[in-house]
Amino acid sequence: MQKELAVSADQTLAFETDCHIFDGCGFPAPGLHSFVFKPMFTVGGFEFNKAMLLALLGSVLIVWFFWAAFAKPKVVPGKVQMVGEAGYDFIRRGVVYETLGKKEGEKYVPLIVSLFFFVWIMNLWSVIPLAQFPVTSIIAFPAGLAIMVYVLWVSLTFKRHGFVGAFKNFTGYDKSLGPVLPLAMTIEFFSNLLVRPFTHAVRLFANMFAGHLLIVMFTIASWYLLNGVGIAYAGVSFLMAVVMTAFELFIQAVQAYVFVLLTCTYIQGALAEHH
Amino acid sequence: MHLAEEEQNPLVPPIPELVIGLIAFGIVFFFLWKKLLPNINKVLDERREAIEGGIEQADAAKLEAQQTLEQYKEKLAEARHEAARMRSEAEQRGAELIAEMRAEGQRQREDIIAAGHAQIEADRKQATQVLRQDVGTLATELAGKLVGESLEDHARQSRTIDRFLDGLEDGASRAEAAR
Repeated sequence: MQKELAVSADQTLAFETDCHIFDGCGFPAPGLHSFVFKPMFTVGGFEFNKAMLLALLGSVLIVWFFWAAFAKPKVVPGKVQMVGEAGYDFIRRGVVYETLGKKEGEKYVPLIVSLFFFVWIMNLWSVIPLAQFPVTSIIAFPAGLAIMVYVLWVSLTFKRHGFVGAFKNFTGYDKSLGPVLPLAMTIEFFSNLLVRPFTHAVRLFANMFAGHLLIVMFTIASWYLLNGVGIAYAGVSFLMAVVMTAFELFIQAVQAYVFVLLTCTYIQGALAEHH
Repeated sequence: MHLAEEEQNPLVPPIPELVIGLIAFGIVFFFLWKKLLPNINKVLDERREAIEGGIEQADAAKLEAQQTLEQYKEKLAEARHEAARMRSEAEQRGAELIAEMRAEGQRQREDIIAAGHAQIEADRKQATQVLRQDVGTLATELAGKLVGESLEDHARQSRTIDRFLDGLEDGASRAEAAR
C-alpha cells in the first residue's frame, strides 16, 4: 500500500522504472525534486498542481466537518458536535485564553481556531492515503500564513502604541540597559521585525519537509531493496517507514499547535503595555 | 525533471502556491468566523445558562425543603409543648382531686368520730341514769339487810342515799379530770 501510494505521491521518483538493488541500478534518492509537481490541470490559464489541490481540498474538508458539527448545533450535542466542541474548546481555552486572556482574546478566537485546524489538515495530508504529501512542506503555504500573522501583529502594535510606542515595542526599549541599549535595540529590531516571520514560517515548513523526506526515503528504500538478500533490509526499511508515519502524526499536531501558540504570543506582545 | 530545474531553492515561495494557500485559508476562516463559530458560541452560552438555571432550580428546591423542614420542626415543637402542657395540667388536676378526696375523707372521719363521741356521751348519760336508780335501790336493800330492820323514816333514808351518791359522783369526776 505504502509503496504503491508513494508512486502517485512522487511522480518524478523512479518507481515506474522498477529499479532494484543488484540490478546495476542506482538508488533513486528523494530530494528537492520530491517536492515539485507537474501541473495537473489548468483553469483559465492558472496551473493547478497537487499541493494546491490538496490545500483547497483540505479547507473544504475542514469547512465540511465544522459544518456538520456546528451548522445546527444543539444544547445537548450529538457525536460530531461533541468532537467539534472538544477541538474548538481546546484551542479557545488552551491557547487563546491562556495567552491573551478571555477579554482581549475573544476577538482572535476565530482566527486562531481556523489557523490551527487549517495547518493541522495541511500537515495531515502527509499520511492520508493517496494524498501523502504535507502541503506545508512547500514554503509558500506556511509563508502565506506567517505573512498574514506578521501583518496582523505589526499593524496591531502600531494601532495600540502609536508610532513611537510601536518602535519601542519592536526594539524592546529599556532605559535601565544603559550603554548597551543601542546594541540591544538593534538586535531586538532585527530579531522581531525581520527574523521572526521567517522563523515562524520555516519552523513549520522545515519540520514537515524533513518528515516527508524521511517517510519517502524509507518507502523508496523498501522498494529499492526488494531484490535477493536485500529483502531482509527492505523489511527493516518498511518498518521504519511505518514508525516514521506514526511519529509524523504526532509532529503534525505539535507543529500546528506551535504555529498558533506563536501567533498568539506575537499578538500578545503587540497588545501588551510596554514597560 | 524539467520542473526541478526551474525551482531549486525550497525557501523561495512560488507565488501561485502562496495565493492558493491564502485563498484556502480564507475559505476556512470565512466560514468559521462568519457562521460556524458564532453558531456554536450561541449554543454554548445557552448550555451554560441552562446549567446555571438548573443550579438555580436546585437551590430553590433546597430552600423550599429547608423551609418545610423548619415548619415541620416548629409544629413538632408545638406538639411537644402542647403535650407537656396537657400532662402538667392532668398532674395538677390529679393532685387537686387527691387533695379534695383527702379533705373529704378527713371530714367524714371527723363526722364519724363526732357521731361516736355523741353516742358514747348519750350511752354514758343513760347508764348513769340507770345506775343512779339501781344503786339507790341496791344500797337500800343492802343496808336494810345489814342493819336488820326496815328503815321507817323515809325522809332520812332518802337524804342518806343522795349524800352517798354525791360523794360517789365527786370521786368519778375527780378521776376523770386526772385522766
